[in-house]
Amino acid sequence: MPRPLINVPKKVKRGDAFDIRILIAHPMESGQRRDDKGQPIPREIIHSFLCTYGGEEVFRAEFFPAISANPFLTFSARAVDSGQIVFTWTDDLGATQFDSVEITVE
Amino acid sequence: MRRLALLLCLLATVAQAAPRSGYDDAGPQVRAMQDDDDANPGFLWVQQGAALWSRPDGSASKSCADCHGDASTLRGVAARYPAFDAKLRRPVTLAQRINLCRTDHQAAPALAPESDALLGLTALVGLQSRGLPIAVDAGGPNRPFVEAGEHFFRTRQGQLNLSCANCHEERAGHRLGGALIPEGHANGYPQYRLEWQTMGSLARRLRACLIGVRAEPLAPDAPDAVALELYLAVRARGLTVETPAVRP
Repeated sequence: MPRPLINVPKKVKRGDAFDIRILIAHPMESGQRRDDKGQPIPREIIHSFLCTYGGEEVFRAEFFPAISANPFLTFSARAVDSGQIVFTWTDDLGATQFDSVEITVE
Repeated sequence: MRRLALLLCLLATVAQAAPRSGYDDAGPQVRAMQDDDDANPGFLWVQQGAALWSRPDGSASKSCADCHGDASTLRGVAARYPAFDAKLRRPVTLAQRINLCRTDHQAAPALAPESDALLGLTALVGLQSRGLPIAVDAGGPNRPFVEAGEHFFRTRQGQLNLSCANCHEERAGHRLGGALIPEGHANGYPQYRLEWQTMGSLARRLRACLIGVRAEPLAPDAPDAVALELYLAVRARGLTVETPAVRP
């Protein structure tokens, strides 16, 4: 699975709100389709997503089968301190993946 | 005399009617997705292509970067494809050129059509020409292939007995069910189609069109397939490369 595309500003002023955008590569197979032989294709979606900033949870989402492939999320947070923004997501195969970016608050 | 001049003028404008990109027919959300490189899922493939670009492969243990340097040196290349290959004496598509590079110079096996690796490399090379006008060569040794492609484009086929031109020229801008019929210009391939929920090549799109009119889909390396891709590129001259485009 390729790495997600993450867009977070490198530097933010303390107290300012900033946007966090992430595009995750995932097939998000809904479980409602059948293959060429008529067999159901098992569901394989990301079911939970969590974002922490400086160790503190800033965004959490539950996903359902109607979410498209390669989901794109955008949300915002307020700049407190320089630190790591960590994204964690788990899919139906039980694989938990994570990625992170550094942010500098001045 | 004046009437004749007027008629000639009118004919000239019709002949020069600017092609309309599928981008202009897409909804504002789809256009926004394509315009924003962070929201455009095509860039997931570009990213994979960039990783493959510098990875040595094959028994020659050479990477794309070993010969070409940075991918940005290929600016303008994708705008010229399909291009004539003097050795094979026929035009080849960009994806076929990448595979020829692999087999001839890297001594590596060709990548499977529609594989993420091939789509990724093609998207990476295509991206370098984004914004440049399509500059495919319609003359010289390409001419008979352009003619063959146009012949295919205008030939009725399949159980529905429709030619490409029936829909994408005569009825472009009208609707098929709820969907708008675009002019069918291939200026953003490989592209991310929301319908596919993935990236795909022009060859895949053409297969879907042929299945749609209940005709025999073209084999991936059929001579007609490349001729048609070449004619479509000639037909799209005046548009700019949009790779990786997003379409509904």
